[in-house]
Amino acid sequence: MTVQYYQQEFADFSRRRTGADPAWLAPVRRSAIERFAALGFPTPRDEDWHFTSVAPIAEKEFQSLDSAGGLVEPAAVAPFGFGEDDWPQLVFVNGHCVPRLSMPGALPRGARVLDLPSALREIPDLVERWLTTLASVDNAFTALNTAFFRDGAVVHIPASVELTEPIHLLFVADASAAKGVSHPRNLIIAGRNARATVIESYVSLTEGSYFTNAVTEVAVEEGATLRHYRIQRESSRAFHVATTQVHQARDSHFLSFSFATGAALSRTNIYTVLDGEGAGATLDGLYMGADEQHIDNQTRIEHAQPNCFSREVYKGILDGSSHGVFNGKVLVRPIAQKTDGKQSNNNLLLSDRARVDTKPQLEIFADDVKCTHGATIGRLDELALFYMKSRGIPADTARTLLTFAFAADVLQQIESVPVREMLERLARERFTGSPTEEPVGASAALR
Amino acid sequence: MLEIRGLHASVDGTEILRGIDLSVSAGEIHAVMGPNGSGKSTLAQVLAGHPAYEVTAGTVTYLGQDLLALDPEERAQQGVFLAFQYPVEIPGVSNAYFLRSSYNEVRKARGQEEVDPLEFLSLMEEKLRIVHMSDEMLNRSVNSGFSGGEKKRNEILQMAVLEPRLAILDETDSGLDIDALRVVADGVNKLRDPENATIVVTHYQRLLNYIIPDRVHVLVQGRIARSGGKELALELEARGYDWLVPEAGA
Repeated sequence: MTVQYYQQEFADFSRRRTGADPAWLAPVRRSAIERFAALGFPTPRDEDWHFTSVAPIAEKEFQSLDSAGGLVEPAAVAPFGFGEDDWPQLVFVNGHCVPRLSMPGALPRGARVLDLPSALREIPDLVERWLTTLASVDNAFTALNTAFFRDGAVVHIPASVELTEPIHLLFVADASAAKGVSHPRNLIIAGRNARATVIESYVSLTEGSYFTNAVTEVAVEEGATLRHYRIQRESSRAFHVATTQVHQARDSHFLSFSFATGAALSRTNIYTVLDGEGAGATLDGLYMGADEQHIDNQTRIEHAQPNCFSREVYKGILDGSSHGVFNGKVLVRPIAQKTDGKQSNNNLLLSDRARVDTKPQLEIFADDVKCTHGATIGRLDELALFYMKSRGIPADTARTLLTFAFAADVLQQIESVPVREMLERLARERFTGSPTEEPVGASAALR
Repeated sequence: MLEIRGLHASVDGTEILRGIDLSVSAGEIHAVMGPNGSGKSTLAQVLAGHPAYEVTAGTVTYLGQDLLALDPEERAQQGVFLAFQYPVEIPGVSNAYFLRSSYNEVRKARGQEEVDPLEFLSLMEEKLRIVHMSDEMLNRSVNSGFSGGEKKRNEILQMAVLEPRLAILDETDSGLDIDALRVVADGVNKLRDPENATIVVTHYQRLLNYIIPDRVHVLVQGRIARSGGKELALELEARGYDWLVPEAGA
């Protein structure tokens, strides 16, 4: 039983953590491992895991990754960055922060971007106030992360501070990550009326099989706007499970983009609670699967107060024998009158063997709300293909162009141009095998 | 330029074209008219290579080669152009990118160099004037959210860019008000050339006031019931199509 394996690991781990953890954390970890032991790994009998079997993860005894592994050169991680010197960037290798690869960038006064051990030393009160308070250990993977996390990023944007440059948190796996697990734990706090953009990337330098079990807790305080871009490009043999849990105060806006194209098996949860009047959440995503990949996306938007809005567009492109899952829940509490919610999930199947399960869910307990949702699963439009061919465009090019257009439509939601261009390039490479330098989308100006 | 002999075609097992013979020479404009359901649009689509139509008999020779053996993209690359009755919307692909991709494919097939975005833009300035379009249209997704008139003008813009040898206009006049109709007709007339030929498929005579045909053919029940000069169109305008339709059971 791997549950027992992790319990034994925890006994060792907690002995070694003595002195490293603040006093408040030890009991939190203990109750998390107990919760994990009680829950066990989820099975397809659990409603939230109906379409995803985590047996490939549950059957393996992943070793704890104790160091940042071999010497990773800056040139090796450069292709995963955005080439912007002003952007603060924290780089983690196998779950451990590597200052040598990180860049301070241009941060305004008062804003902090720290690795977790430094944050526990430098801003202990703030960390204690938020860390482990948002993400629920009723999710077995979050419980496991809470028991074992050691490092991660802490981002604090104080009240009324506006960041002009995005912050990049880059999690890299190298060859020594094979058969290992890392539990990155991140905390992002946007203070009152603050504005910031934070990018989380998960990438690999090798084709190894390893397990990333990440949790990010996000507090968006009154009137703040936080953009959060998540880029999942793990090794094609890796396992990736992640939960982003957001708490939103009055008049705050949280905008998320989740891009998932890596890993053999991935599950990305993005959960937000609209817990103050006038708050809004915009959750968009693009997942692209090929070969035998399994890509599961789960979102939950809880309207806990009146007059909030939510917008959600997720798109999936599934090729080969890949399997995509979208499960989006919008929950409207009885008090949450005047809720305005829109959700859609559109999928494109490029092969007869590809498959997608989509389950948009509305649970509405208030009576004066405006909520819509919809899901589609389709193939490339034959008429559009003929139209393009009738203009001299070869069939393969027409197919690629239409597929890319499907993806570009949702990528246009990304406000940061360098991020959008990187993801457009990744999408193009995915369908053509080679990058073309040029924008095809309607948003792209004539350059 | 184009020789159609005994052409039969069906869709989903229903025969629509039942023996078409038609010859078009360079420099000519032919009008194909007929009542709804007579097969005029099918003829246009078959010439462009629409996959839903199956050619069951007959031949089509275009510039000395077997047109029916070519894929739709090869036909386009060799100068066949169909202006669609219902231009297709392609969200996410800009009109500029689409037009230039198409232009470059056709150039490649002719052994010419591809053009870069800047060269293409200066070419577009001239072409946009022909159809009275602003360059703002280039930044929008292909036909997405275009009005009916904008879609038709966009078809003529594509035609102006690709400079086809054989242009087929499939009910390009339908749904156009008189001003838009003039713009479209002017565009077609400006693109006339002794080397090129045009087939205008239309239900109404109205368009032929602006695009003067050399020959008019009336399609009825999948066959050409009558051919004549441009005065035939006026006769159809006055008398309708009924007199050409065989009695039921005849």
